[in-house]
Amino acid sequence: MRSETLEAKRVFSRPETLVDVPTHYCPGCGHGIIHRLMAQAIDELGMREKTIVIAPVGCSVLIYDYINADGLEAAHGRAPAVATGVKRVLPDRLVISYQGDGDLLAIGTAETVHAANRGENITILFVNNAIYGMTGGQMAPTSLAGQKTKTSPYGRNPAEAGMPIRACELLNTLEAPVFIERCSVHDVPHILKAKRATRKAIENQVKGRGYSFVEYLSMCPTNWGMSSQAAADWVANEMVSYYPLGNFRDR
Amino acid sequence: MAQPVLMRGNEAIAEAAIIAGCRHYFAYPITPQNEIAAYMARRMPEVGGTFLQAESEIASINMVLGAAAAGARTMTSSSSPGISLKQEGLSYMAGTELPAVVVNMMRGGPGLGNIAGAQGDYFQATKGGGHGDYHMIVLAPASAQELADLTVEAFDLSDRYRIVTMILGDGYLGQMSESLLLPEPPKKVYDKSSWILDGAAGRDPRIIASLRLKPENGVEQINLRLQEKYREIQAHEVRYECYQCQDAEVLLVAFGLAARVCKAAVNQLRAAGSKVGLFRPITLWPFPSRELEQKAGRMKKVLVVEMNSGQMLEDVRLALGDKVRIEFYGRMGAMLVEVEEIIKRIEKES
Amino acid sequence: MARGKPDIDSERCKGCGLCVKACPEDILELTEKFNKQGHHYAVCVSPERCTACMFCAIICPETAIEVWRFAKAS
Repeated sequence: MRSETLEAKRVFSRPETLVDVPTHYCPGCGHGIIHRLMAQAIDELGMREKTIVIAPVGCSVLIYDYINADGLEAAHGRAPAVATGVKRVLPDRLVISYQGDGDLLAIGTAETVHAANRGENITILFVNNAIYGMTGGQMAPTSLAGQKTKTSPYGRNPAEAGMPIRACELLNTLEAPVFIERCSVHDVPHILKAKRATRKAIENQVKGRGYSFVEYLSMCPTNWGMSSQAAADWVANEMVSYYPLGNFRDR
Repeated sequence: MAQPVLMRGNEAIAEAAIIAGCRHYFAYPITPQNEIAAYMARRMPEVGGTFLQAESEIASINMVLGAAAAGARTMTSSSSPGISLKQEGLSYMAGTELPAVVVNMMRGGPGLGNIAGAQGDYFQATKGGGHGDYHMIVLAPASAQELADLTVEAFDLSDRYRIVTMILGDGYLGQMSESLLLPEPPKKVYDKSSWILDGAAGRDPRIIASLRLKPENGVEQINLRLQEKYREIQAHEVRYECYQCQDAEVLLVAFGLAARVCKAAVNQLRAAGSKVGLFRPITLWPFPSRELEQKAGRMKKVLVVEMNSGQMLEDVRLALGDKVRIEFYGRMGAMLVEVEEIIKRIEKES
Repeated sequence: MARGKPDIDSERCKGCGLCVKACPEDILELTEKFNKQGHHYAVCVSPERCTACMFCAIICPETAIEVWRFAKAS
């Protein structure tokens, strides 16, 4: 074989907006992937110095340690209201609310619905892992029928707990939102689609188009009681059939 | 020269907030303070500000939190049950040292109660209400003029100390129309650029959070700093009024609307030759304990008058200890205290 | 002949194995060894077959992988 001079070019590296520290997330948790998608979009749009991240209560309560931008703590469920307050004062900054299933769909349902209904020019990134992670694995509004959790040890019983709530479909009944999409981070092709949705949702805000919402089906291997690879499969095999992927609105 | 205007108490608060530079108001309707929101809905667009009727009192205090973190002078208003809903937000704002003005036009309680004025939220306002070791500055106006003046002062105090300041009024004061002189716009502007969240351009990112899980700069450290701040406020920001105290032998102690009724009683009693005075705390927190002790030391008795079951009464007892005989007259459930009853209690021999 | 190279930070790796599952060439494995955190970290066992597809880096929740692509020197 003829010897050739080869150049090595780095084609994948950490985005500037993603702080170079170890995270506290469990092995195989989807948060790290979604944080990076958010950071990549912020970098691509050159918005790092204008970004304020609103942190939820949940496993990602410390997201501001991982994102190289201003960070504001919100009480459980209140992030869309806090984001509204910030955005009304600083309309040209990028205000992103990052929330889990309890934050968005249990305690924060009113704030979720009304920020969307008002069409606040903010971006909501919703991580749906069908369980309450931080508090040790209780049933979430998004836990599937029959799913065993710490507070549904016999499996979620729809007769008592209702069926899981589909956030995208719920918000899709409202007039104002300009972008609603559900994606997943369980494998690379889906992560790439999620990356595009994340970018769109953030770009919409930068362009002043209105309220954008992205839901990510994500893995929680620890509280689902399975390996990371099995958790990725669980998203594909169990969650996607109940939470259909795709774009619901793209104005 | 400024002309006096006739304004309803609630509206005086709103106009004063605008004079103070408040341009972001978030609230939810609740009687008896709805005039504040209605006034703001009309007036804020006129001055290019934000009026937002939120989905709840919880949402509105969190909008205030966000707006405060972004550097704005911001306000919300509500009444007793709505203030109960805000307690979590108030605790968060205390823990993160965010400034704002919160107006409580008290109504009868507990529970849904009634919609007339009461003073039953003294404990809630001054002893916490929300969780954790914290305080808000609590101002107790007694007239439409004071509702206006103290609202402007509240924004100044909030920014100066990075603390929430509460205007503790009541439904009657909010509804009464009185003549007042609108306050002057504040002279002092606070530079918040060193701590607000406005995007990390040309500086390191900042975090505003009350969660502290690491031992270094942990929750104890935050609390030590807060306690130091509270001591400073206690040393410098006490406000009170002494009415006819100079040679008084009996001292009435009352705040807000109850103090106005007491003033009428003092006038009547003085006209009849009784040596009665009124000590009116204007800051309920910091409570004027030392000042009260100085004034009450030589009194025959102190009569605390409140429109509640006896809440400020406890702070009076703490301040005076065994030094003076302390009695209490109060009405609950938004019933007004009466001049005749006060006079009867004063004239009753010990 | 390798077309690229995954650079895996073995101390940052939590051994979740998602990269192993994602790699289309099946050239990643979790080693028997431990890193300081106690995880079996991922290693590339057949680097000559790397195509620089970046799948491993794209799925890594810790952003513990950088990918290099080799091209002829211009």
